[in-house]
Amino acid sequence: MQARVLEAYQLHTLIGLLRERGYCCVGPTVRDGAIVYDRIAGPTDLPVGWTDEQAPGSYRLKRRDDGAYFGYVVGPHSWKKYVFPPERRLWQLKRAGQQFERVDEPSQTPKYAFIGVRACEIAALRIQDRVFTGGEFTEPEYEARRELAFVVAVNCTQSADTCFCVSMKTGPEVKSGYDLALTEVVGESHYFTIRAGTDRGREVLASLKTSAVNEAQRSAANTRVRQAAESQTRTVDTEGIKELLQRNYESEQWKEVAERCLSCANCTMACPTCFCSSVEDVADLTGEHAERWRRWDSCFNPEFSYIHGGEVRKTTASRYRQWMTHKLSTWFDQFGSSGCVGCGRCITWCPVGIDLTEEVRKMRAGETS
Amino acid sequence: MANPKLAVWKFASCDGCQLSLLDCEDELLAVAGAVEIANFPEASSAIIDGPYEISLVEGSITTPHDAERIRDVRAQSGVLITIGACATAGGIQALRNFADVEEFTRAVYATPEYISTLATSTAISDHVKVDFELRGCPINKYQLLEVITAFLQRRKPNVSAQSVCVECKRKGNVCITVAHGEPCLGPVTHAGCGALCPSYNRGCYGCFGPKELPNTASLAAWAKQELGASDTDLKRLYHNFNTWAQPFRDQGQAYD
Repeated sequence: MQARVLEAYQLHTLIGLLRERGYCCVGPTVRDGAIVYDRIAGPTDLPVGWTDEQAPGSYRLKRRDDGAYFGYVVGPHSWKKYVFPPERRLWQLKRAGQQFERVDEPSQTPKYAFIGVRACEIAALRIQDRVFTGGEFTEPEYEARRELAFVVAVNCTQSADTCFCVSMKTGPEVKSGYDLALTEVVGESHYFTIRAGTDRGREVLASLKTSAVNEAQRSAANTRVRQAAESQTRTVDTEGIKELLQRNYESEQWKEVAERCLSCANCTMACPTCFCSSVEDVADLTGEHAERWRRWDSCFNPEFSYIHGGEVRKTTASRYRQWMTHKLSTWFDQFGSSGCVGCGRCITWCPVGIDLTEEVRKMRAGETS
Repeated sequence: MANPKLAVWKFASCDGCQLSLLDCEDELLAVAGAVEIANFPEASSAIIDGPYEISLVEGSITTPHDAERIRDVRAQSGVLITIGACATAGGIQALRNFADVEEFTRAVYATPEYISTLATSTAISDHVKVDFELRGCPINKYQLLEVITAFLQRRKPNVSAQSVCVECKRKGNVCITVAHGEPCLGPVTHAGCGALCPSYNRGCYGCFGPKELPNTASLAAWAKQELGASDTDLKRLYHNFNTWAQPFRDQGQAYD
């Protein structure tokens, strides 16, 4: 389907149409000095006129001198919280005489519209699709939430200092996996080019007041996305990266990074593809009632590698190695792709600014020196 | 069979942790139904003699008398669980460990010769065997219930030694170190509070003490170089409620 032009002021119509169709719209909004994902009632809840400046261990909101709706990149949240919630009660048991009665948790499958999904985030959702629905067992709630979710993607027209989607080949342009995809152009006029990728996207697009794209508009949109790609400063050389990590299992570099790493788990919590969770059973004092809870977990947590006799990974060096090797190497064996989409969250939200791309570079340099 | 007897003991402390038990309100009837609250002066003056199946010990050891008394408590107790930063690490009063306690008694008391005190404030585990240490200043009452429940049900308590950051990120908080440039002890601090302070845009004070594998030096170096924290700021950050917990003690002393 050909792209169309949607005037910026029509964004509220788009969100309204989605709400009319029963979608709970969630998207970027400003809270506590960052752009997070939360419910949005309309375009005014978006971070209009805000941008972000990111660096290793640092994130700051800054005012823009225009009224852009999507003039920033990704923040501390990712969409995984909507498809795989951080905490979820799975079921309860209640004592009934000599037996236990199992009380299943009602399925919670809200119908979300994700507003402003970036290319790297679509890549991340697809990775989680393979994890949760691509194997022998599927996570039913994830599957249902994903199928229901209406994805309004946005092409990035700028990059943060921590972005490296170009070298991970996931962005900044959205190529698939969306219902609607927008590119925002702010200049003498303010408009979006808009394209549908699915039937339900086409249905919504047909209900919107749009016009044909002229060559100048197409070129303006493409130029902005190209500039986002060209302005990226961080890169990862992915050539033979799977083997690189596996050759360096005993590298001294793990000890060096462990001197800085806090094993605090922030990188894994912020990562849009990290999917680990633990399941905990709790019984109350009376012994009449028990619950099973699932919570986001992390390979940096002490109990994560606990098996009979103790923890397998007792040191920070072994935990960082596990995380980085899984993300960039063994993920290929397990899920057929890299586990990294180049969004840069692990770099920005590391409280001591450890840079994954720099660690890869050091590892390569260590082999050639 | 009679319910197991529970005793609550106080050493040098503010009573806040043991009051967490009374603060359980909704769950208090269940507690009273599961154990016989046999010795808990904050709740009742009726004291039933030991031995006790479960002892909750609050407070640190700061006097020669208490150093003796804790041995007696241990002897009367099946399971001994310490509750709070005082009992598990010596508490805020362990700041005396870096100074001359006699100088303090002369400054504070009109007749310091009446004061019989030790030079240090130390954790219960420095004196007797402890079966479980529950962290916090104060403790989290839900964790206390979990620990009591776990011991009654003879299972391991679901109390993780992971960082406060895990709780903070699960809640969807924005990291105040990264987004506001404020020092926060969350990455080196034991979880359990539900990331209370960061949820209100305040840096973590480390009430729950060091987490497992706390890299205090790296966090402090970053706070100094990137956030502009001074040596005094860092010393005060680490020398607080858990000042005598080894990793925090050592990091604070790095600025002497």
